[in-house]
Amino acid sequence: MEILVCIKRVPLSGARFTLTADEQDIDTSRLGFTVSPHEECAVEVAVKLVEEHGGSTTVLSLGTADAEEQLRDAMAVGIDAGILLETDGTEWDAQATAAAIVDAVRASGKSYDLLLFGNESADASGNQVGIRVAHALEWPAVTGLKGLRVADGVLHGERPAGADREVFEVGLPAVATVRDGVAIPRYPSVPGRIRAKKKPVDRSNPSRPAPRLAKVKVSVPESIGKQTKILGNGPEAAEDLVEVFRAIGVI
Amino acid sequence: MILAIVDHDRGMLEELSLQAIAFAASLAPGEPVHALVVGATGADVAAALGKYGVAEVHLAAAAGLTDYSAAAVARSAAELVERLAPDAVVAAGSLRGNETLAHLGAMTDLPVAIDCIQAQLGSPTRVTRARWAGNLIEQAELAGRPALLSVLAHSVAAALPGSGTAAVNEFEPALTATDLATQVKTRVSEGHGGASLVDAKVIISGGRGVGGPEGFGPLDELAALLGGAVGCSRVVTSAGWRPHAEQVGQTGTKVAPDLYLACGISGATQHLAGCRNSKTIVVINTDADAPIMAIADYAIIGDLHKILPALVVATRAAKT
Repeated sequence: MEILVCIKRVPLSGARFTLTADEQDIDTSRLGFTVSPHEECAVEVAVKLVEEHGGSTTVLSLGTADAEEQLRDAMAVGIDAGILLETDGTEWDAQATAAAIVDAVRASGKSYDLLLFGNESADASGNQVGIRVAHALEWPAVTGLKGLRVADGVLHGERPAGADREVFEVGLPAVATVRDGVAIPRYPSVPGRIRAKKKPVDRSNPSRPAPRLAKVKVSVPESIGKQTKILGNGPEAAEDLVEVFRAIGVI
Repeated sequence: MILAIVDHDRGMLEELSLQAIAFAASLAPGEPVHALVVGATGADVAAALGKYGVAEVHLAAAAGLTDYSAAAVARSAAELVERLAPDAVVAAGSLRGNETLAHLGAMTDLPVAIDCIQAQLGSPTRVTRARWAGNLIEQAELAGRPALLSVLAHSVAAALPGSGTAAVNEFEPALTATDLATQVKTRVSEGHGGASLVDAKVIISGGRGVGGPEGFGPLDELAALLGGAVGCSRVVTSAGWRPHAEQVGQTGTKVAPDLYLACGISGATQHLAGCRNSKTIVVINTDADAPIMAIADYAIIGDLHKILPALVVATRAAKT
């Protein structure tokens, strides 16, 4: 199998954000960076599928030159090669990102069987790049998966829905988007890290079209940093909590 | 006209779709709201939508379409966009609603704004939307018409039933082989009992601090006393202590009960995204600086293994 997995470099955030002075983004000057959690699992799925079925894997990211760090992290756990679509750090909207990925897939000269994405990125949370890529390639898309396997050229995907799990089956080639929990990411080994340094990364600089969903500014929601009433420091506070239960009508 | 996409699961109305209808009605007061229901099994749902203020319902049914397919819903919506030229198309901010809009955006080559809290239609449409699982709010400009929008779950109140009625127009969308191939093939039951998280008015939720599957005893007991459901964080399902169906969060179920009691949950971003819209949030945690405190209305700082048994006793006493 030939698999391409698409990842995004995002800041390692806590629950409280500090914004930049121009209110355009969160202040990342004191933050580390990582890969969106869903995509970390997508990388693991790709590596496992190739361990089982043979073939090769490529990891792609659209981002600044620093995103090479995340490509190398993926290569350290077994991805064979990287594609970096280098930007100047200005945000690309979902349509532009999907178009650049489609161009890269076509330019690669490879015939991929499977394109893997996270269901949504941790930062922009747009929920659409994988689906847009699928339509451009005229491939089926199965999305939001928490389980994925391939047998006899057919992709079997699963996801929870209420008390059930929905099961999907599509022939390859296909696009699949996965969610955290679809696989447990492995840790890179030291030899894996060393090998990753020597793996090839194909770089290009696509030009950014005008965004059609354009950010004006960002803010921190009011519900963050609520005033919390501390009822106590041990079991003796249970009675007070029962009073709260009464006051809000759940008893 | 504003078109709302109404989701159902084999004839059971998805409650979040009523929030989409309410949001659609608020976008352009005075403009009619139409609804799209896809699949013959949705006929009863379609017939009931008039009472939620929908002016006209479009029921898409096609041979071979027997279960949910995001691409088929989007294909049906794309036909209505072409035929009726709505000013906006609104879907619920659920996994299904969001993926349906993504397909529709791809089919119509229009941008999509996911998880909107507010929108002001125009050229461009101005939207306020959630990023970072709701930890950051973005104001953005959305080009194109219709505006394709999903509504952040629980950020608006659901449309309430009244006395209205609406005509149901059935049509047959021209689906592709891929639209049909990507429908739900089959289902596997998770086979868990207890109240469903989505409907529960009270959720007693446990995290890493509960310590293991046996630690959930008092949580189960308290949930039963309050007629609620038990939830948990991702760590808990990953460790196999509780089933995936009980996971609250961005990747699990998003909930908004009257009471969310978080026991031994530190509050990862993705967990907060799933519970922050609860009416009252109470935290029991040993760490007064845990991230979950940022969304807590009330807290008891201390060992949940001592506090919960006392709470069970006090709750039982209060009920008698």
